Amino acid sequence: MPSLKTLSTRKERLSPGHRLCAGCGASVAVRQILLSTDLPIVACCATGCLEVATTIYPFTAWEIPFIHNAFENSAATISGVETMYRALKKRGKIPADRKIRFIAFGGDGGTYDIGLQALSGALERGHDFTYVCYDNEAYMNTGIQRSSATPIGAHTTTSPCGEVEPGKRGYKKNLTQIVAAHDIPYAAQATPSYYMDLINKANRAIETEGPTFLNILSPCPRGWRAETTQWVELGKAAVETCIWPLYEVIEGKYVLNGVTQRIAEGKVQKRPLEDWLRMQGRFRHLFTEKNRPIIEAAQAKVDKDWERLKALASL
Amino acid sequence: MRCMPKVLPLNGDDAAAYAMKQIDPDVVAAYPITPQTELMQSFSQFVADGSVQTELIVAESEHSALSACVGACAAGGRVMTATSSQGLAYMWEILYIAAGYRLPIVMNVINRTLSGPINIHCDHSDTMGARDSGWLQIYGENPQEAYDNTIQAVRIAEHKDLRLPVMCCMDGFITSHAVERVELLDDDVVKDFVGEYVPTHPLLDIEHPVTYGPLDLYDYFFEHKMQEIDAMSHAEAVVREVSEEFGKIAGRRYSLLEPYAMDDAESAIIVLSSTAGTTRATVKAMRRAGKKVGMIKLRCFRPFPKDDMVRLLDGVKAVAVLDRSDGLGAYGAPVFNEVRNALFDEDFRPQIVNYVYGLGGRDIGQADIAKVYADLAEIISTGKVKQRVRYLGVRE
Amino acid sequence: MTEKPGWKTIPPGGLILAAGNAKEYKTGEWRTQRPVINKDLCSDCLTCWINCPDSSIVVADGKFKGFDLDHCKGCGICMAVCPKKAIRMEPER
Repeated sequence: MPSLKTLSTRKERLSPGHRLCAGCGASVAVRQILLSTDLPIVACCATGCLEVATTIYPFTAWEIPFIHNAFENSAATISGVETMYRALKKRGKIPADRKIRFIAFGGDGGTYDIGLQALSGALERGHDFTYVCYDNEAYMNTGIQRSSATPIGAHTTTSPCGEVEPGKRGYKKNLTQIVAAHDIPYAAQATPSYYMDLINKANRAIETEGPTFLNILSPCPRGWRAETTQWVELGKAAVETCIWPLYEVIEGKYVLNGVTQRIAEGKVQKRPLEDWLRMQGRFRHLFTEKNRPIIEAAQAKVDKDWERLKALASL
Repeated sequence: MRCMPKVLPLNGDDAAAYAMKQIDPDVVAAYPITPQTELMQSFSQFVADGSVQTELIVAESEHSALSACVGACAAGGRVMTATSSQGLAYMWEILYIAAGYRLPIVMNVINRTLSGPINIHCDHSDTMGARDSGWLQIYGENPQEAYDNTIQAVRIAEHKDLRLPVMCCMDGFITSHAVERVELLDDDVVKDFVGEYVPTHPLLDIEHPVTYGPLDLYDYFFEHKMQEIDAMSHAEAVVREVSEEFGKIAGRRYSLLEPYAMDDAESAIIVLSSTAGTTRATVKAMRRAGKKVGMIKLRCFRPFPKDDMVRLLDGVKAVAVLDRSDGLGAYGAPVFNEVRNALFDEDFRPQIVNYVYGLGGRDIGQADIAKVYADLAEIISTGKVKQRVRYLGVRE
Repeated sequence: MTEKPGWKTIPPGGLILAAGNAKEYKTGEWRTQRPVINKDLCSDCLTCWINCPDSSIVVADGKFKGFDLDHCKGCGICMAVCPKKAIRMEPER
């Protein structure tokens, strides 16, 4: 794995001057992903923070070929691009030795929810591409509306905490395992706070043939109600509390990584979920006597999922 | 150079699929839906047999099918697809994007009504619902036209003055599933006619990276839309040019509309698609009986050939516009609206009435058409219109 | 202020042909605080560089060279991640 010094010699493929928020976790993730390989990339992005902020006409922050189509069809659009690449290669219109890699980006909105159909279809058809979900746990671009990736209890504008409702009801959907069930060559969870882990996984995902998937927890200080400087700590706490474990599914085999692996081995203490919740204003209302049961339910769910993941990794 | 035609008995679906085979597009992304299914099945067999080099994406929905078409076309190759009804409705948002990005995708739409209730038979509510999407709409009367239109559509869409996507429409079941005698051009004649596709700004040109689909704020969207509007203003000339060139190699001449017995017609019916055949047969019979009736088959609904229409109707006293869809809440149905609007500025003013017919595959025969001409005769003799918009063939 | 171009001059279909021209947009104007480096403490580990959302750490020959103040939004992540505490944030003047 190249060092940061080596990586720093690579051309940045997302230019500065994009209008993502100061301290945006998604833009760090995307930068790290695009630096993880030297190979030429064509990217597609679903409507959302990343797409909107990087392509406000007449400016584009993309130094590579890029297409945005609509909200729910990043995977379908890249299926078309990738298929045309194979079609033109077959006809000799693209040299046989030219290697181009295809990445479809989508937020949790455009992936977990409205984009799930297109993602599933593209994975099942076996297109040679990487899907990257930058999961900031809500429809952040349009002002923090809930998605199926929003954790239980979180305040969002469509699942607000109010006099009778305590924020989002229902747990976060486990998309990585839904994707893994498509039996694709490679799927992984990562977060940019552990950048070497993310870059390794991105490199592997992009350079593996066939459909691959990266689910990247992308802290959003704005939507999560935290300081921009806490961003790295937010990612680390998510991993250390096991609400966002770092793992890969390689040809169907679950492999835990880094801190997650060390927690499973008992070498590092698993932190209580509260540590992570407490860092974010969107969970502030849970810290009342009335809402404490939600924290307990959330903890129980994290524990249950964690046991399940360890069991999967032991197969 | 005239070629010796190969003749096959083909239904509309198979005729369009055969044209697609000869065009051999780089990518087809589609999803099956009745009554388009046979087209897709035929084409899938061509792919399976290696009769085409096309890469076929059997998408998991029409929305994804057209999305993949947009990706593939932007990537830099020739792309075709087909759908009907609910499928067209499902891909509706992407229609506007394909046109907005100026992608020359060619799509056969096998006209079938929009639910609900669900009905798999023919009417034009599906494509009429997309009439402002920026796609051209060319209606084919029979399997021969389905074949011919598909081939011409590629040249029309890709024309440097246009670069807009094109829908080739044919009536579901009536045309798509009815076997007729189709004259086919030789493979190399079709290949020569459509030529090589030369993409502009392909995504796969990695040395010249481009961004498709930016966010336009209110300071640029109108300008981008204006470019599309301007392109559409060239559509009539492009369709005419390509149709004439096609006529030279095929011997079948096309234009934006097709008049029949209009020279001295006192009354006329304006009609689209397969019902034009029924109407023509009725006109022939009535002409033999000495009635001065005529018809105009509207081949191109988008662009709407206003000047041709006005020229042909000059001197006609009563016109019935047959619509195979309704404009619920509008004053009359879509085609009626366009025709009446076209004539508003003219000094001559025929009486124009609207007949909405054939919804959900309700059959229409020569007796019905004769009745329309009888109504028009009454309008001419009394000078009165009892009812401007009528519904033909529905039970009260 | 220059007039914006009309529909006859811009590329058709909404295409942007100038890759990466977002660089011309000076997001540095968003800042309310700016990073300042203490070069004596800096070990050129490049942790700040890999964590900057705006590619605003300038690196050359594997060494920290400065901040791109045209684009730095002042989020303070570089300060937060620097293992040597070599970066501090100061109010934007």
